[in-house]
Amino acid sequence: MTVPLPYRVVSNRAETSDTRTIELCPVGEALPSFSPGQFAMVYAFGVGEIPVSVAGLRDGTLTHTVRRVGAVSRALCEAAPGTWVGVRGPFGTGWDLSAADGGDLLVVAGGIGLAPLRPLVRAALSSPGGRGRLNVLIGARTPEDLLYREELGGWGRPYCGVTVDRAGPGWSGHVGVVTTLLDQAAFSPRETTAFVCGPEVMIRATARELLHRGVPAERVRVSLERNMHCATGHCGHCQLGPLLLCRDGPVVGYDQAASLLAVREL
Amino acid sequence: MKRTGLLAAVPEGPRGRLMELSREVSFPAGTRIFEEGGKANRFWVIRSGSVSLDIHVPGRRAVVVETLGPGRLLGWSWVCPPHEWHLGAEATSQVRAWEFDAAEVLSLCERDPELDHALLSYVVEVIGRRLRAARTRLLDLYGPYGSEPEP
Repeated sequence: MTVPLPYRVVSNRAETSDTRTIELCPVGEALPSFSPGQFAMVYAFGVGEIPVSVAGLRDGTLTHTVRRVGAVSRALCEAAPGTWVGVRGPFGTGWDLSAADGGDLLVVAGGIGLAPLRPLVRAALSSPGGRGRLNVLIGARTPEDLLYREELGGWGRPYCGVTVDRAGPGWSGHVGVVTTLLDQAAFSPRETTAFVCGPEVMIRATARELLHRGVPAERVRVSLERNMHCATGHCGHCQLGPLLLCRDGPVVGYDQAASLLAVREL
Repeated sequence: MKRTGLLAAVPEGPRGRLMELSREVSFPAGTRIFEEGGKANRFWVIRSGSVSLDIHVPGRRAVVVETLGPGRLLGWSWVCPPHEWHLGAEATSQVRAWEFDAAEVLSLCERDPELDHALLSYVVEVIGRRLRAARTRLLDLYGPYGSEPEP
């Protein structure tokens, strides 16, 4: 859907000091259903439009977790319940959960990269299907920057690990880069599908470690971010080499992404 | 027990000779295993539990910079001069480990080139991995603006 439809903010709650989760429901006509990993273009009237991953899908509502970094994201973070916004979508490739059938599932998130992975984890937990073990590895800057804290306790089947870069006085958990959690995860590399989202340096470090451990590159699925503008593959703002990430991404296989992420200033 | 880390990296023969020098130890949660600047005359391979590595910040409490879990090598400062710990280490849970006396291991390495090569290759890899991790964290990746492109 390339024309924005009006949605209403039904809830807005703080995740961290600069990040909020807003829930939207259609005012009238609803957009087609989203898949985990896809994104919407959310328009704050009079301010502008930004791409936001879907962080939750339930009964026609859309949940987005937004970090306040610019004018539009600030407007969305400050949108009180009842506020109308415009939403276009669904856009982009999603996490293909069925790709993990017959093997283990590894979810690796860094920072706000956990938001687009959240619906994937929820889907995997609600429909175990023919998949093996689910491991969720999460890296955050500090304990205070951790998203969805109240949910994480239910994700540990068999392992949900959290690590932070900087521990506070009350933190007794793991400290270090997210890849160090791989030692605690139980998975068979050759039969594992990994879903990775976070800053691109973290994606590269994680993907390299996974490849080193024997996970095939095409089974490492990564979500890439570029400046998406039209979301329909026309304007070229999100071009990454041969890819238009709003159309061909944001989720691509690392076999395709590796060489692109190695090019300077691409 | 599945071999990981150091014990997986060293071939069976030299691993056996190395393990003859080991002794099983345990540390209750909260034990200070070593202190920054102390003499690095031992090292450990963690069997269970976790250990936090910290650095002293004058006037403030020590800051944890890394956590090590099962299979990981605890301590590499014994390999090269000045043989002093760069960081402090504390058991964050009940820890079981194999402990090695550095002088005994280095002495064995002088007589056993196969062990010497395998052990030091592994230690160098560990140092490299921790250096890469430290550099990555210096980028402050998960910070509010860490993933933003340059203006």
